[in-house]
Amino acid sequence: HPLLPAPTRLRTWSGPGGTCGDGEGAGGVPHPIPSLRPPAAGTMEIVYVYVKKRSEFGKQCNFSDRQAELNIDIAPNPELAKQFVERNPVDTGIQCSVSMSEHEANTERFEMETRGVNHIEGGWPKDVNPLELEQTIRFRKKVEKDENYINTITQLGSIMEHCIKQNNAIDIYEEYFNDEEAVEVMEEAPSAKTINVFRDPQEIKRAATHLSWHPDGNRKLAVAYSCLDFQRAPVGMSNDSYIWDLENPNKPELALKPSSPLVTLEYNPKDSHVLLGGCYNGQIACWDTRKGSLVADLSTLEFSHRDPVYGTIWLQSKTGTECFSASTDGQVMWWDIRKISEPTEVVIMDITRKEQLENALGAISLEFEPTLPTKFMVGTEQGIVISCNRKAKTPAEKIVCTFSGHHGPIYALQRNPFYPKNFLTVGDWTARIWSEDSRESSIMWTKYHMAYLTDAAWSPVRPAVFFTTKMDGTLDIWDFVFKQCDPALSLKVCDEALFCLRVQDNGCLIACGSQLGTTTLLEVSSGLSTLQRNEKNTASSMFERETRREKILEVRHREMRLKEKGRAEGRDEEQRDEELATDLEALVSKAEDEFFDIIYAELKKQEADAIKLKPTPQQPSSEEGQVVQEAEEATGERGGDEEEEDLA
Amino acid sequence: MAEVEETLKRIQSHKGVIGTVVVNAEGIPIRTTLDNSTTVQYAGLLHQLTMKAKSTVRDIDPQNDLTFLRIRSKKHEIMVAPDKEYLLIVIQNPCE
Repeated sequence: HPLLPAPTRLRTWSGPGGTCGDGEGAGGVPHPIPSLRPPAAGTMEIVYVYVKKRSEFGKQCNFSDRQAELNIDIAPNPELAKQFVERNPVDTGIQCSVSMSEHEANTERFEMETRGVNHIEGGWPKDVNPLELEQTIRFRKKVEKDENYINTITQLGSIMEHCIKQNNAIDIYEEYFNDEEAVEVMEEAPSAKTINVFRDPQEIKRAATHLSWHPDGNRKLAVAYSCLDFQRAPVGMSNDSYIWDLENPNKPELALKPSSPLVTLEYNPKDSHVLLGGCYNGQIACWDTRKGSLVADLSTLEFSHRDPVYGTIWLQSKTGTECFSASTDGQVMWWDIRKISEPTEVVIMDITRKEQLENALGAISLEFEPTLPTKFMVGTEQGIVISCNRKAKTPAEKIVCTFSGHHGPIYALQRNPFYPKNFLTVGDWTARIWSEDSRESSIMWTKYHMAYLTDAAWSPVRPAVFFTTKMDGTLDIWDFVFKQCDPALSLKVCDEALFCLRVQDNGCLIACGSQLGTTTLLEVSSGLSTLQRNEKNTASSMFERETRREKILEVRHREMRLKEKGRAEGRDEEQRDEELATDLEALVSKAEDEFFDIIYAELKKQEADAIKLKPTPQQPSSEEGQVVQEAEEATGERGGDEEEEDLA
Repeated sequence: MAEVEETLKRIQSHKGVIGTVVVNAEGIPIRTTLDNSTTVQYAGLLHQLTMKAKSTVRDIDPQNDLTFLRIRSKKHEIMVAPDKEYLLIVIQNPCE
């Protein structure tokens, strides 16, 4: 065979095994040199070289058939198998479908504005000027003379009359079977959905500390923004609070610009243009939305509160200009906004009734019910609710009574709109319902939650439903005719803490404000916002039952306290107690003692007789048996009594 | 001429009728018992609505045609009787 020319064309294939094709040049059989060259890295490189003479380049190809030749055969290395573990069976998923991909896209928020359109007349022919009265009248008269017009109108008139008469004859949309509505039972699970979110447009986020619904129609929401961390308000934080229109969450409708951030904000229920705000520096400010964003009136610094104003409420008065405010400096002040430079009245929340400001309790929530105009209640930082009477003669008498039971500041206080004798408070980790009659403890309470409760409100349409917000951003809806231990519905509204909550008058919409200034508007399901059958009776009977239970416990506690006092003083008291038929325990122990004395006496007698007469052991033992049984019964009874007392 | 007057007067005198407007094909109110701005609004809007309703009916079935249009709202009922050239609009409060 021909000489081997110098290798001019080299083709290399790397990889295990594999046949390599080769092309033949005429006159030269390529000499394949398969070799296994393991390079330094450890991969196998199989090289197949074939050569062609330079002088034979460009010559025509002559193909010939050839048997396949095995060039490289790499036997499997059983040693490698030891590095693997056999898996049997093998689970593989197979899908026989078109592979698709999922992609989400969110459009960018775009700004919307609502504008009205003005209609003007049009369609007039060119020669008629619509503003000229004469011309239009002339045109109209011309049309009216047209025969076509006359015929048309007569014809249309008769059709129209038929329909008008139909309308007058029968109301096709009238409600039939009105009574049947009561049978409808709401079986749907309680639910709520977020309708809208209003974000604080400011860069530096502040907490939304108070919300107030517009009194007419509830289409607007006033939100007060401030930073309640003591002296930690970031520099450059804006003082503005906003009024939002529910239709437009992008931009607030009006900004209110006070000199100090607002902690509370309330619409005047009588005049929907007037708002009252309580400032962080203790002043009271009021706005008129017709006049603009700047403060219309501001109280003077010297006569205002010394601490942030945590509660402001409008009062029912003929003029509709009276309001009152409370702050943690321990004072409750009454104002007339026509003369807001100084308060009309000041009451100090000193429960020792000495009017000392040093002893005063800081007020952190305020409650006023228009149906009980002389009474108001104050929730304090120390966890005590103070009920006051505005019309008392002396300042000391203004404080009527206190309710204590919370371990922390009472952030919310509201009377039940259907049963004003019962009120709801929120403080520490529980929500409690109180009755005015029971002063020592609340009549109903929730369990201790994991997060602090910040605000609560009754539903204005259902007496048994109330809402609470927590520091972990959840909103709980409680319905205690449905379930007493847990909320009927618990929603995580946002990740940060929720600070305030307000229910709209129809009971459907709830607004809650968070620590980052985000106000969320939620709509509850109709089951939670329509009065259920018999609900009023059920709720009132529940309140009454719990009040009665608390009263009984109160009486029992009082008794036990008296008894403790008595025991400390000595036996005479005990004697007196024994004489009182109500003291069961002493009676029982006395009876026991007497009983055992009798038994011992009997036994002794029996023994004496036994020694004398040697009687059968049955008689005394049967008597003893009886005696022992009776003794056991007595102890059993006593044990039972003790148990009862423990429970009480 | 007198028939038209009589017809319109009769319609207006029915119980619950608030107003009557006659509009021509261009949307110009010819006769009206309401004030000008309201008339202009009703004329413009109902004209367009009637055209739309008519085209809808005819799209579904070309042999069909709109004979009457009634819009019942919370406060009252608007009745429109269309014709090739004119439109008769009556606003009635059917509540008892």
